[in-house]
Amino acid sequence: MYLTEYEQEMLDGKYGAAQAMALKVLVAVGECFGAKRLLEVSRVHVASSNQEADVWFAEKLLKLGGRCLVAPTVNPGFNVSYLSQHLSISKEDAELTERAHRAYRDLGAILTLSCTPYLEANVPRFGEILSYSETSVTIYVNSVIGARTNRESVQSSLCAAITGRVPEYGFLLDENRKGSVLVQVEADLKSDFDYQLLGSCTQKIGPGVPVFVGLPQNLSQEALINLGTQLNTTGSYAMFHIPGVTPEAPTLEAAFGGREPERVVTITDEDLQEIHRKISRPPGKIDFAMFGCPHLTFSQVQEVAQLVKGKKLAVEMWLLTSSLNKELARRTGMLEVIEEAGGHIVEDTCIDQPCWSHLKGKVGVTDSPKCAYYASMRGMNFVIRDLAACVEAALKGEVS
Amino acid sequence: MKGETTVKCHRISEGKVTGEVLISQDDILFYLVDPESGRILEKGHSLEGKSVAGKVLVFPAGKGSSSVQVDGLYQLMIRGNAPKAMIIERPDTILVTSAIIMEIPLVDQVDPLFYELIKDGDCVVVDADQEQITIIPKA
Repeated sequence: MYLTEYEQEMLDGKYGAAQAMALKVLVAVGECFGAKRLLEVSRVHVASSNQEADVWFAEKLLKLGGRCLVAPTVNPGFNVSYLSQHLSISKEDAELTERAHRAYRDLGAILTLSCTPYLEANVPRFGEILSYSETSVTIYVNSVIGARTNRESVQSSLCAAITGRVPEYGFLLDENRKGSVLVQVEADLKSDFDYQLLGSCTQKIGPGVPVFVGLPQNLSQEALINLGTQLNTTGSYAMFHIPGVTPEAPTLEAAFGGREPERVVTITDEDLQEIHRKISRPPGKIDFAMFGCPHLTFSQVQEVAQLVKGKKLAVEMWLLTSSLNKELARRTGMLEVIEEAGGHIVEDTCIDQPCWSHLKGKVGVTDSPKCAYYASMRGMNFVIRDLAACVEAALKGEVS
Repeated sequence: MKGETTVKCHRISEGKVTGEVLISQDDILFYLVDPESGRILEKGHSLEGKSVAGKVLVFPAGKGSSSVQVDGLYQLMIRGNAPKAMIIERPDTILVTSAIIMEIPLVDQVDPLFYELIKDGDCVVVDADQEQITIIPKA
């Protein structure tokens, strides 16, 4: 791989051991994928976690004198101070989370602790070169914004933050960003939730870059987030196009870069119903409601507040969102409405965390198939419905 | 030494070690390896029940999502049960990154002759720095 004089000096340790190690990682990754050179990155998002290996690596870079050249935004762990007041949190889990925050802060990260950096705090422009990790984030910035990132890991994106570089391969290159599968959507998509189901049809869609036709042109930001999140969670997709909606697909021809689709797939209402049956538990009594995987947008927080206003929840309800949205909910009175109903808005927190150990073996309701998938590893079971039906269920204690 | 064979490979993660070979026909997810013993727990895996601890592990590729794969290898490493070196066919971002940060020698693009000669229990010298592997057959 070609390296500039500056990059070679960095690799040789002239700017410290942390930069040398981080660049070594990026050069090795680049060589595996046939990258010819490194590119400068202007933004980084690290899907940091309080998993031991992640904390160990962040602390290792710190001990080697590491400091981010490009300050990254970071993913949520859990909000120790808030949740300690309401749940039983083990000392070990609290300490590990605090260690992670300390290490990332000292490396120069921006402690956004949110998994929707593309909505606030780290919003790229069209064509910008990035190193982003996190399922919902990589596909959104590629597809909806037209910025460029590969599906990076926690460690590779942190190395990009330390060095300001990323190997040029994969979705950073024009030729890999074109559509390859034509997905004709005959299903009637009525709500944002239906895009969760569409994005879950990845076994039928198969590998490649899907181009969706037959969708409305006025689809919401939440629908786009849901579609991308599920495509990436269930099928490791980095990118999709919707002609007339996403920026690299002004037309169908442009979406495919003038080439013929490799495959044509049709998605019907039956496909959506079948996938819904497969991923959700049958209706019945529930013990809790969990929202915010990825973090709820402000308008979703608003929707929940309107539905619970003046009522009392039958089960515990957790709304996970960004610290900005929690503050906005406070200013607009939504926080008071939700707390009076018995619900919680929690910032800086992810569903896949040890703080939720009291929900092990219990049945919840969520609008997020991603939440249901990841939380199942922590013994939580979910009925999956659209947001309004979930709130109704939380008010009654049961999904009808 | 008599019977030794040296083949070329490509360095991904540096280092030079000597160790006993363990060959896997299947891809490996280190999350499904018992950190306390190094034994592979995955049901139906060609190495189920065998320990990777301290071995030169020969396998096609890694698998699984980033966080679980990295943490799996990390949990082995801190208990001294990580493989001594890894010889693979198809590299991926996660395994490449993990090997470098955990300082485990990792090579790919090995001369096909290696795969014809190598057997479980053989001793090999993996010299990632010189991009070569030497097979020392069992006496």
